Amino acid sequence: MEQEIIQAAPEGLQKPRRHKKAVGKADRIYYIVIDVILVLLLLIVLYPLYFVVIASISDTDAIFNGEVFLYPVGINFKGYEALLQNKMIWTGYRNTILYTLGGTLLNMIVTIPAGWALSRKELPWHRFIATYFIITMFFGGGLIPLYLLISDLHLLDSPFAMILPYAVSVWNMFMVKAFYTGGIPNGVIEAAEVDGAGSFRTFFYIVIPLSKPIIAVMVLFYAVAHWNNYFSALIFLSDENLYPLQMILREILIMAEKAGSGMGGDATTILEQTKLANSIKYSSIIVSTLPILVLYPFVSKFFEKGVMIGALK
Amino acid sequence: MDQMIAGMSLREIRKREKKNYWLLLFILPAFAFVFVFCYVPMYGILIAFQDFVPGDEILSEYTIWVGWDNFVMFFKDYMFWTLIENTFLLCLFGFLIGFPLPIAVALMLNSMRQKRASKVIQTIYYIPHFISLVVMVGMMYLFFGQYGLVNNMLDALGLSRYSFFLREEAFRPMYILSGVWQDFGWNAIIYLAALSGVDQEQHEAAIIDGATRLRRVFAIDLPAIAGTVSILLILSIGNMISVGYEKVLLMQTDANLGKSEVIMTYVYKKGLTGYVMQGYSTAVGLFNSVVNVILLISANTLAKMFSKNTLF
Repeated sequence: MEQEIIQAAPEGLQKPRRHKKAVGKADRIYYIVIDVILVLLLLIVLYPLYFVVIASISDTDAIFNGEVFLYPVGINFKGYEALLQNKMIWTGYRNTILYTLGGTLLNMIVTIPAGWALSRKELPWHRFIATYFIITMFFGGGLIPLYLLISDLHLLDSPFAMILPYAVSVWNMFMVKAFYTGGIPNGVIEAAEVDGAGSFRTFFYIVIPLSKPIIAVMVLFYAVAHWNNYFSALIFLSDENLYPLQMILREILIMAEKAGSGMGGDATTILEQTKLANSIKYSSIIVSTLPILVLYPFVSKFFEKGVMIGALK
Repeated sequence: MDQMIAGMSLREIRKREKKNYWLLLFILPAFAFVFVFCYVPMYGILIAFQDFVPGDEILSEYTIWVGWDNFVMFFKDYMFWTLIENTFLLCLFGFLIGFPLPIAVALMLNSMRQKRASKVIQTIYYIPHFISLVVMVGMMYLFFGQYGLVNNMLDALGLSRYSFFLREEAFRPMYILSGVWQDFGWNAIIYLAALSGVDQEQHEAAIIDGATRLRRVFAIDLPAIAGTVSILLILSIGNMISVGYEKVLLMQTDANLGKSEVIMTYVYKKGLTGYVMQGYSTAVGLFNSVVNVILLISANTLAKMFSKNTLF
């Protein structure tokens, strides 16, 4: 195509103009194609979520008969009523909030100063410390040794088992380091040190006030991870009163389903039970995911920022 | 001149040598937590070479050392090849679909003319990333159940209902496609970030040369993200044998075990449920992570041979 233009140029204006027209047409087609693809993907992303919402307020029979596709049918809130009467949901909610708050607070206390120190050239044994952390990103002891450790520390069936093993994510720590390496002008720090501010004064009075974006990103990353964590509860906790919300959801959404799939017996009874459980399932999805989805529009820009900081690394 | 440069660099070297030992205090908590929860479990790997019974000390005078027996037992296990195949295929197919899609989506979003719309669409694309695994799998049980959305659609189209969770051949597509659905938007962000750094003058020059938008995608945009692509490629290859087993565990039913039992779910079951064999289970887990490290290092070495975009 480039050759064509070079040949065409001396011959006057006609040919390039025709060429421009061809480009315009090709571009129009291109833009239409990508718009269609992107909107289709948008529907694929949104429809399942939308369906959960309308199903949670629809009549169960209507869902089972396949009448619910685009709008709720037989609007009612029975699922929500039954769900909110379930005591375990409330316990789970309380536990999850506690684990998320406590866990995220500890994460910040550990991660932010460490990321700051790693970003400084004056950190002694810099290479050794960085290697020490990087190794754990690619190799670990595995499931059973971790379980044995938690057991030896007498943390089985303790809320601390949900928090302490996840006190620091090395990925996140390096993200903080990348932020400080690129985000805070060296001159500011040096000026503070020349003025006689010690490491701690510099950190608390100069670095922390400049760190709002990375603190926001880290709070969000860690909090979502705590909120969604079910696996450590599965292996470390057996007392139901300590279960986080995700474990209660697992009972409602998944274990019931697995048990049902192998069950024999009277077909109509099973159908009735399934219907009853079904609207509870849809509403439990909404109730548990609501906090994240409500916050979503406000925090999404921070998430993107987080990934971009990670990309700098 | 030379002297001045030498003087400056000398001063710089001296400054670089000045260490601040207070900074060690900042890193101490992270160092300690990583030591306890990452390095101490590495010491626990020793039980992979022992006949270990729950309640045993890792090292005591009663320790029974069995050498490589646990590994040999795993290699001879009738499940061995099934586990390898299930783990590897799940990763491979997941990679073949899940790796290129975010790149394509980022290139398309980046070339959209309506910038505001592109931003909004991008934000909506990664909503599913924040859905928890339990809710995600729960949604699948609902949608793919006997009277769920998907079967109702099949029914409406005149097709017969299909028991997705009772058929083992449905497991891989469900696992992979749901994973792609959840994460393609999130994974596209990093490419979009790289694309936002593309020099607009290059595009303008190409437009004057009469290049179509599609051509500019391949000639300008794609080269701009090549570095990011190759680093993520190395990471994906390094993870070629590590499955999101926490999700697999939720999706397993007795009926789909033939395709859904992967190395790490096997480790979990052997080590923590039923009749526990923790030494054996640890050996299997160790095999898995050693293979991972080997894959990662090979991928990185290969990348070194062909380009300068490497991980380490």
